Amino acid sequence: MAKARYKTAFRLYPYARVPDQSARPVRHPVVIVGGGPVGLALALDLGLKGTPALVLDDHEGAGLGSKAICFAKRTLDIAHRLGAGQAMVDKGVVWNVGKVFHGDHKVFDFNLQPESGHRNPAFINLQQPYFEKYLVDAIRQAQAAGAPIEIRGLNCVTAIARHDSHTTLTVETPDGPYEVEAQYLIACDGARSNLRDMMGLSFDGRVFEDNFLIADVRMKADFPTERWFWFEPPFKNSGQSALLHKQPDDIWRIDFQLGWDINREKELDPDRIRARVDAMLSSQAGHVPDYELEWTSIYTFQCRRMQKFRHGNVFFAGDSAHQVSPFGARGANSGVQDAENLAWKLNLVLNRLADDALLDTYATEREHAADENILNSSRATDFMTPKTEISRIFRNAVLDLADAHPFARPLVNSGRLSVPCSYDGFAPFGEDALRGPDATRPGATCADAPVGDGFLLDLLDGGFHVLGLGCEATDVVAQGLTAKAVTIAEVSEALRSRYLGEAAQAVYLIRPDQHIVARWPTYDARTVARAMQTSIGKA
Amino acid sequence: MLTLTPNISDPDGFYTELVRAHEGLSKEQSDAFNARLILILANHIGDRDVLSAALKAAQ
Repeated sequence: MAKARYKTAFRLYPYARVPDQSARPVRHPVVIVGGGPVGLALALDLGLKGTPALVLDDHEGAGLGSKAICFAKRTLDIAHRLGAGQAMVDKGVVWNVGKVFHGDHKVFDFNLQPESGHRNPAFINLQQPYFEKYLVDAIRQAQAAGAPIEIRGLNCVTAIARHDSHTTLTVETPDGPYEVEAQYLIACDGARSNLRDMMGLSFDGRVFEDNFLIADVRMKADFPTERWFWFEPPFKNSGQSALLHKQPDDIWRIDFQLGWDINREKELDPDRIRARVDAMLSSQAGHVPDYELEWTSIYTFQCRRMQKFRHGNVFFAGDSAHQVSPFGARGANSGVQDAENLAWKLNLVLNRLADDALLDTYATEREHAADENILNSSRATDFMTPKTEISRIFRNAVLDLADAHPFARPLVNSGRLSVPCSYDGFAPFGEDALRGPDATRPGATCADAPVGDGFLLDLLDGGFHVLGLGCEATDVVAQGLTAKAVTIAEVSEALRSRYLGEAAQAVYLIRPDQHIVARWPTYDARTVARAMQTSIGKA
Repeated sequence: MLTLTPNISDPDGFYTELVRAHEGLSKEQSDAFNARLILILANHIGDRDVLSAALKAAQ
C-alpha cells in the first residue's frame, strides 16, 4: 500500500472496495489523478454536465495545513456556479485594509474597497482543506442528484501504459493493485506530479534561492483583520520580508523569508519559531499575545511550467503543469481556472459535439495563462528579494518615496492578486463589432453585475449563452450545440458601464467558462451561430 | 516621443543644481538619491513609450 505523505485534515473519501477492482480493466471516459482543488473542481464541473468523472487520490481527504489561503473572485465565481461558493464565502475571511512596512517604518496603508455590484468579494482568506471540503460537499450533493462522479480514496497510481485510444493505470490500494483504463487522463497531482515523472516529462523554469518559513498560529487576542507586510522587518532574525494574514478559526498565517543558506531542521525548532513570532507580534501589539503554533513548514519555490500541457490523451492541470511563487495567490486560483477551461471542452468532445482538436485549445490557452502568472509572480519576487545592488537601491527608493508620494505606491510589489487572463487574439475568439468597454472585450471573462434580485453570472449556467442587453436574443442552435438566450431588457447602470459603454444595446456570445467569444451592436442569429462554431474550432 | 534636442532653459544652472544636490552625500546616499530622482522624473513623464525610448537612449 502507498505510504501516507501527509496527515489529513478532513477524511472526505474513505477507502472502499469497488467492483472495478475485481473485474477486467474498466474503461472510464475521464480519470483525474489527484483530489486537490483542481481535480475536485474538474470532477464536479464534468459531473454537473453529465460527463462521468473518476477521481483517484492516494489519501482519504484534504491534507493538513493551510497551504493555499487566498481564493480570488474568479475562483469564487467558478465555485458558485458549481454550488460550492456560498459555503466558502461564509467561512472565509474578507479583509480590505493592508499595511506595508519597511523596517520599523510604516510606508503606507491601503483600503481595497471592492467595486460594488459583484456577488463575490475580490478574494477571501480560507485554509485549503476547507476549500477542498466544500468542493467534496458539493460533489456529494451532485451525486445525490445523479451526477456521475466517483472519488476513490487510497487509490495510488503506480504505473501507466499509454495507448493510442486510452491509458491503462495500475492502481495500488489496501486490497492490492488493480487496473483501470482512461480515455482521457488528467494529471492534477501537484507540483511533484508522479504522472509527469512516469512520462519522463520535464518541468523547467527558474528556481528562487530562498526559503520561507510558514507558521500558522491560533490567537484569540484582539488583533486587527488586516494584511501586514514588512520589507526588511526590524524584529530579530526575521529575514528579508514578513507577512501577517488572517484566516478563519482565529488562525493567523505568518511568513518569514529566511534566505537561502539556512539549517532547515534548526529553523523548524518550535522554540526558535516562537521567538520569531513573539518578536513580530510584540512589535505591533507592544506585548506578546497568547497564541499556539498550529502548523509550521519551510518551503522553497520555483517559477516553472511544462512545455506542453497536453500529451496525447493525457492533460496536466494546476501545479502539475505550472508552479509559481506564492505572492499573488496564483497557484490554486489558476489551477481552478485550468479545470474550468478543460471541463466544458472534454464534455463537448465526449458528447461528439466538438472534435478532439478543441482540447488543444485547453493547452494553448492555459499555457498562455501560466506564462502571465509566472511573469507576475517573478516580478513580485524580484521586488521583494532584489538580486543585485542596484535593484536593491531602486527597490528601497520606491519604498522611501511611497510614504510621502502616492505615485510610488503602485510600484510597491508584494504580490499582484490573481485575476483571470484574457485570451486576446486567440483563434476561438471572434470580432469586437461593438467596440464596447475594454474589460469585456472578446477573450476576457464576464464581469459580474446586478440583474434584478441576483447577479449576471448566476444566469450563465455552464453552457454557451447569447446575451441580449437592451435587445431580444433567442436560443441559437448550430450543429447540435445550443447557446441559450439571456435577454435583459432593463439594463442597470452597472451593466451599462461594464457591457455597453456608449452603445444603446449589445449582444454578447459567452463560452461555458464565461469567457466572452464575440460581441455585436445588434442581434443576428446566423452571425452568433458562426462565432459559436469558430469558438469550438468548427468554422 | 522622447526629446533629445536641447530643452532645458538654463543648462548651466540646472547642471550645477544637480551636482550640488549630491554634495555631502556618501556614495550610498548619492545612489539612493539618484534612484529617487529617476523614479520621480519617470512618473512625471508617465508615457511608457517615452520611458522605453529614454532607457534605450541612455545605454
